[in-house]
Amino acid sequence: MEDIDLQIQSLIALSQTGDRAAYGRLLALMAPRLRAYFSRRLQDPADAEDLVQETLIAIHTKRETYNPALPFAPWVYGIARYKLIDHFRRRGVRRHVPLEEAGEILAESDTEAGATRADLNRLLARLPARQRGLLEDVRLRGLTIAEAAPRHGYSEGAAKVALHRTLKSLSASVAADED
Amino acid sequence: MKTEDLIAGLALEPGFPGPRQLERKLILWSGGGALMAALLTLLVLGPRPDMDQIAGVASFLGKAGYTLALAGAGLWLARRLGQPGARAKGPLLALSLLLVGGLIATVVELALIPAGERAGQLMGHSAMICPLAILGLGLLALCPAMIVARRLAPVRPAAAGAAIGLLAGGLSATAYGLHCAETAVSFLVIWYGLGVLATAALGAAIGARVLRW
Repeated sequence: MEDIDLQIQSLIALSQTGDRAAYGRLLALMAPRLRAYFSRRLQDPADAEDLVQETLIAIHTKRETYNPALPFAPWVYGIARYKLIDHFRRRGVRRHVPLEEAGEILAESDTEAGATRADLNRLLARLPARQRGLLEDVRLRGLTIAEAAPRHGYSEGAAKVALHRTLKSLSASVAADED
Repeated sequence: MKTEDLIAGLALEPGFPGPRQLERKLILWSGGGALMAALLTLLVLGPRPDMDQIAGVASFLGKAGYTLALAGAGLWLARRLGQPGARAKGPLLALSLLLVGGLIATVVELALIPAGERAGQLMGHSAMICPLAILGLGLLALCPAMIVARRLAPVRPAAAGAAIGLLAGGLSATAYGLHCAETAVSFLVIWYGLGVLATAALGAAIGARVLRW
């Protein structure tokens, strides 16, 4: 936490002297943290990625409003939260977005976990709902196949086959993504 | 678009500017509007007749001190409301002190004079014109200030608009003071205050529309 704060402050100081590479690094440092923030709060990973980009653009266009004498985290968090509320408003969803500790946006979201989580969500989103539910129950929630199968209308044997096929098609689409 | 490409694109432009850029622009633009308001006041309405006497100048400066303080509170408040994650406690406290202090001074002033003279003291000679003139002149500062304010990032656009209106109203009230020869504190607090408040309300209405981002 201290470390990232220090990193951010020095990148801002550098970018104030006109160092554009430092400014780019600062934005790149924010992206995975924003991704983790939004994907924890939104179902659809594509929505989350849209908000990451919108927030990065807002950070850019509103960078004058940041006062370098104050901590950076609450400022970024304020922008991200405004964009999230705006997203719900556009969707016509009335949802309360609680004010959290601003530092969390920098602290709790580590880069790798955030990116991986977003990738996983994106892959899972491609699956038919029934297969996805089965996979999530077994692989993420730790249910046995016998427990999970009836919840999604499979017999135990059919669930085993479906799970096998699902995992195969997932690894096929990961391979396709990497090409 | 991929997020990495977006970042690369954004980083082609300069990064964070030095501190206090926005404050400077707000002061410059609203100040320009205030100068026009002052010029218009002097040319069209004319300077207050006692401007060549010490008492007149002192009265003008005293009133200007109060209205400029209101404008300053508006500037401070607008800056805080326009900054995500910032607290507005400081400027709100300053504004409350100015308003409560003004009201206390009004009550004291009216309490110290005979009951029969209170209405005359409070109404002065121009109570009906004063708020309208301040609102009208306020437009000259409100428009440029609102243009700069679009660079702010207010979570509550209407509130930030009201703060910009407070800035513009405080400035135009100061300009109007060049013409207005009323000397009573109660007149200043109530009728100037009403004009500033009206400008702030207009600012809130405009801000709710133009300060979204």
